[in-house]
Amino acid sequence: MNPLAKNQKNILISALLLMGFAVAGALMVGVTHILTKADIHRNEQLTLLRKLNNIIPASQYDNDLLTDTVSIAADQLLGINKREIIYRARKQKRDVAVVLPIIAPDGYNGPIEMLVGIYKTGKIAGVRIIEQRETPGLGDQAQIKHSKWILGFNQKSLHQPDAKHWKVKRDGGVFDQFTGATITPRAIVKAVHHALIYFNKHQAELFRPQTHSQPAAEKKHV
Amino acid sequence: MSRQAAGFQAEITRNGLWNNNMSLVQLLGLCPLLAVSSTVVNGLGLGIATLVTLVISNSAVSLVRPCLKSEIRIPIFVLIIASIVTTIELIMDAWWHELYLVLGIFIPLIVTNCAIMGRAEAFASKNNVLNSALDGFMTGLGFTLVLFVLGAMRELIGQGTLFANAQLMFGSLGQALTVTVIPDYHGFLLAMLPPGAFIGLGLLIAIKNVIDKRMAQRKTASVKLTPTAEATTA
Repeated sequence: MNPLAKNQKNILISALLLMGFAVAGALMVGVTHILTKADIHRNEQLTLLRKLNNIIPASQYDNDLLTDTVSIAADQLLGINKREIIYRARKQKRDVAVVLPIIAPDGYNGPIEMLVGIYKTGKIAGVRIIEQRETPGLGDQAQIKHSKWILGFNQKSLHQPDAKHWKVKRDGGVFDQFTGATITPRAIVKAVHHALIYFNKHQAELFRPQTHSQPAAEKKHV
Repeated sequence: MSRQAAGFQAEITRNGLWNNNMSLVQLLGLCPLLAVSSTVVNGLGLGIATLVTLVISNSAVSLVRPCLKSEIRIPIFVLIIASIVTTIELIMDAWWHELYLVLGIFIPLIVTNCAIMGRAEAFASKNNVLNSALDGFMTGLGFTLVLFVLGAMRELIGQGTLFANAQLMFGSLGQALTVTVIPDYHGFLLAMLPPGAFIGLGLLIAIKNVIDKRMAQRKTASVKLTPTAEATTA
């Protein structure tokens, strides 16, 4: 065999080998994906439901929170820049509350993602941080696992306190700041206030019954 | 023969755990080590995941040894390691979801842990399956131990607890494991931040070197002693 042909054969063997390994690896990942898909989906749903129940206790509603959803357009007030899913709590067919995803764009280390629950009465049911990169030990006090600060929003509304006092204390408002960190609480207070304004404007739309014309893709996202 | 094999396996064990420790001697895989060692539980989680990956990847590489060609061995290692890590990630997401939520972003980091590639190249591609699996296990254990000690140091100094969030890994049983060593501790931020990880790792390396030096001294001392002792008895 001449050296060129031998070389070509070598390359071919290498390519086939590499392909074989790629197929085997893809098969392994694919099979695992199929086997774990259901469990992973269930875990995600449970985690989400737990988060929502921290904001609106399960005793206050009797509908299926995870399926009674509506999607809303991107909105500056909420800080969201794409369509997002909101969740509605109802008891005996009467509207109880909505949970909105909001983003405070001006956190100390970038945007802070939150969920805020608002009762039909306009009072806040609860606020929780979902995603944040604030300084550990300073700005991360907004997380419930570090401090109870975030519970200070409960029962507040657009009128209680009034717009002038929807600020941290340093800015003349009613909300505490953290020791050594004002930027984070300021950003969160502002975002929650904006969420209330949004709720006030769009209340009817937020509670509107779920229509079946909702694209399936959005439901799947839940 | 079997005696030789046992000696070789003892050497693998010593190398993996101490003499050639992945993080203290080879200084490989520092990125996940430094990122995740802020608490004992996080450290253990990543350590165990890395250990499992190492055992499986070393075994797999050793198994396919006959069909390896030297020009394409590196891409093949990459394929094997990436598939294994992705599989582990999916399984963790399905069965240990809470832990996955904590460690999730670090699991893909295992792929970038060059120590795994290093073991595949330096050991598994030249040795049989049993020894390769043992090498993977011991190297992984050495890595896990460092993560554990560094995690304990940082957690204790940083937030005054040990085994916080152990329930994420051990279920309800873990809750009892959490120890608040220093009550009402206000925390020492530096230990929790990346610089704390670097300082801690530096200290561990220094301690290891001191111990090694002591042991070497003792060895030479005993070597010197023996002939004189023999001489006196003679």
